[in-house]
Amino acid sequence: MASTILEMRDITKTFPGVKALSNVNLSVEEGEIHAVVGENGAGKSTLMKVLSGVYPSGTYEGQIIFRGQECNFKGIHDSEHIGIVIIHQELALVPMLSITENIFLGNEHATYGVIDWDANETRTGALLKKVGLKEDPKTLITNIGVGKQQLVEIAKALSKEVKLLILDEPTASLSEKDSQALLDLLLEFKRQGMTSILISHKLNEVNRVADKVTVIRDGRTIETLPRKDISEDRIITSMVGRSLDDRYPPREPKIGDVIFEVKDWSVYHPIHAERQVIKNINLNVRKGEVVGIAGLMGAGRTEFAMSLFGRSYGRHITGEVSLHGKPIDLSSVSKAVASGIAYVTEDRKTYGLNLIDHIKHNVTLANLSGVSSRGVIDDMREMSVANDYRKKTNIRASSVYQLTGNLSGGNQQKVVLSKWLFADPEVLILDEPTRGIDVGAKYEIYTIIARLAAEGKAIIVISSEMPELLGISDRIYVMNEGRIVGEMAASDASQEKIMRAIVRGEGKAS
Amino acid sequence: MSTESAPAPQSGLAEDVKQQGPRVAVSALTTNLREYGLIIALIVIMLFFQYTTSGTLFKPVNLSNLVQQNSFIIVMALGMLLVIVAGYIDLSVGSVAGFIGALAAMMMVIWPLGMFSNPLVVSIVCLIVGALIGAAQGYWIAYHKIPSFIVTLAGMLIFRGICQALLGGGSSVGPLPDSFKALSSGFIPDVIGPLTLIPPTVNAAGKTIVGSGLTLHMTTVVLGLIAVLAYAYFGFRTRRKRERHGYEAEPFPLFVIKTLVGSALALFLVFQFASYRGLPVVLLVMGVLISLFVFVTKRMTIGRRIYAMGGNAKAAQLSGINTERLTLLVFINMGVLSALGGLIIAARLGQAVPAAGLGSELDVIAAVFIGGASAMGGVGQVIGAVVGGFIMGVMNNGMSIMGVNVDWQQVVKGLVLLGAVIFDVYNKNKA
Repeated sequence: MASTILEMRDITKTFPGVKALSNVNLSVEEGEIHAVVGENGAGKSTLMKVLSGVYPSGTYEGQIIFRGQECNFKGIHDSEHIGIVIIHQELALVPMLSITENIFLGNEHATYGVIDWDANETRTGALLKKVGLKEDPKTLITNIGVGKQQLVEIAKALSKEVKLLILDEPTASLSEKDSQALLDLLLEFKRQGMTSILISHKLNEVNRVADKVTVIRDGRTIETLPRKDISEDRIITSMVGRSLDDRYPPREPKIGDVIFEVKDWSVYHPIHAERQVIKNINLNVRKGEVVGIAGLMGAGRTEFAMSLFGRSYGRHITGEVSLHGKPIDLSSVSKAVASGIAYVTEDRKTYGLNLIDHIKHNVTLANLSGVSSRGVIDDMREMSVANDYRKKTNIRASSVYQLTGNLSGGNQQKVVLSKWLFADPEVLILDEPTRGIDVGAKYEIYTIIARLAAEGKAIIVISSEMPELLGISDRIYVMNEGRIVGEMAASDASQEKIMRAIVRGEGKAS
Repeated sequence: MSTESAPAPQSGLAEDVKQQGPRVAVSALTTNLREYGLIIALIVIMLFFQYTTSGTLFKPVNLSNLVQQNSFIIVMALGMLLVIVAGYIDLSVGSVAGFIGALAAMMMVIWPLGMFSNPLVVSIVCLIVGALIGAAQGYWIAYHKIPSFIVTLAGMLIFRGICQALLGGGSSVGPLPDSFKALSSGFIPDVIGPLTLIPPTVNAAGKTIVGSGLTLHMTTVVLGLIAVLAYAYFGFRTRRKRERHGYEAEPFPLFVIKTLVGSALALFLVFQFASYRGLPVVLLVMGVLISLFVFVTKRMTIGRRIYAMGGNAKAAQLSGINTERLTLLVFINMGVLSALGGLIIAARLGQAVPAAGLGSELDVIAAVFIGGASAMGGVGQVIGAVVGGFIMGVMNNGMSIMGVNVDWQQVVKGLVLLGAVIFDVYNKNKA
């Protein structure tokens, strides 16, 4: 025992404009459960993609040594071939195929292309027994819950004769009970001698099963803690303990009365009607105030914002929203916009932009009546509006006729922002406004936010980057599992405090 | 981790403004070349057939035929363009056209409707029925998210069936009144009076030889001149307005060449029509519709919204666009234009036949795709679809005159469709 099975040395991975990993080291011993923890965006998933060959050898620097041999994976197939199997956060199962078909997808027992279903099903039965799943191998994936789907993924990994199992946030979408069962299964595998890497930010889980914890922050390895040193406090300090430079524009908040108020907001899942996604949220924003909503991925923040904005998410939505003390109707997006609410999406490519059209048309889309009369667009007015906002938000492009699909992430985000600024809202909800954009563009976005607040708008910023929230907000709500679990003035908030509120909130939900 | 890249906000902008020299001119030329490539292709195809048919193609009588044979395709292509730009497809247009033709014939010839069998009343009723058909199909597509391919495939079967049932099996119904047939085969009246430039030759028997001499249909000439002048004037005025605001992408020489070539082509066609029997009524109808749809797609908010919906429906919805209602409207519009197409077909044939419009949905869709529309939605131009329609029409007409077998005509049309789309995709990837 205790021989090193995997050694990753000085892994550096650069994306255009961003260094995602710099000199990361990770050493995993045979037979242990090794946890990798870090904030969202710290580089955990990138590291695992390097390890599994999603980013092929040559696109990163550094060495991967698995069982004493240096590996240069060209793709996932290579890494799976030698026994490294990764189970991604988003499950990669085909919903309308059966458990058996999914487990052996691309790997079927077949003779000359003719599948021997009996053999496959017998093997599936054995695998399902191993992971403790009592389902007929013929059951369609769509008919079983997420927890069981996770088990099918693990069974699939076992079918490939796995030597190193990597689980990326395996319990993110599982209930408490399913999570416990999954962790028990991991411990069982460990008894049988399997090595696994667990990526998680649920520290109580890490605490329970991990033999070692490696903390990653800002694309660097901070430290690796042995079993005896693992404690939540220790990990939190290590996860967030970064120095804050001058990364946020200075501002002098002039905060007025409450202008936007949400009372008792509840939302149910659009498909699983019995699942309550948002649980009785109360929240208010003052004039000129920047309010942050902190939380981990899957806390329900985006769902909350989208359900507010024209009921774009969920059903059975109940609760009241008022602007300047008067209740407002947000039942459709156009009504929400007319009432003075704007929502800047976290996913600009899917929900924010028409990528095959140019900047000018994107900027005016949410407020076409502002550049037209009786349904006829005034080309000159539209042109000057587009140029105006291009200057205001400093969009770098050859002209307003550049396609938004060809812009960088930061400039795309500025186009989406421009679109909503031109709609002239009183309340602006920004969902992950700096996701995937470089440091320079981030600063520009912060500047725009500060300017809008100074103009007297009420601003809600949803962000998974805690330093960012602390840097730009006046007040912070902490959300977890669909409810508000903390509220604090930014002046006496800290990353530790936010993390504690989340971790404590985690236990409450059942 | 400091913020070196954060400041210096204005530098990028200033640079861009200064560079409005040769680089802009070149880019304007390349974008315009792509835009006009299609028109150039049409002209090349026309010249090719002009040569291979020994000059028959451009003969005034043949030009009139060309327009009358293809007008229904182009009318329906206008609606199909919006459908495809919005991200859908409509396979039912040929059947709907056939059904409407049958309905019109029954109302005018068979059913005892009294004064309601008047062609004008019948046409209006038919257009309303077309709108209802579009609404019925659009409802399922817009509000129940049933794929348009399936809904309109069902519509294609249903309305072809009703069309045949209405006509009582395989028989045709006619003849239709002359005033109705004028929609397709009529020419605008010459209110000004003809102008004889060269008197027709008189043969030995004292009769004039048909087709000799040159007499111009003056109303056509005047209308043509007005249209060309308006085209040049509005083009120039828009340019001036843009210049005043400090925006101009297109270099002046290019603008002049474009306007001159466009005007010369238009005047040539006007002259050809005027030397025959004047402007076909259906060409006038088409011209009005094309202008209307160019205006709607280029200048109106509803047009812009259709493009936005086709480009990214979710983003459009989150920008406050009622995508469901917009989808319904696009299909209602398609229904009305299919009905108009059906009336034009019936008017040209002078009767309703069970096979009217059969397979024309494919010609209509092909015209839109040859015109540069994207099957993914969000991309496409009215003028492109019209030119695409004419390319199909000229090839049909030219190959028929050449005596190419109908089977091989299909092969050639298929290859042209494939080639046009490959050219588009290749261009897009290069850009």
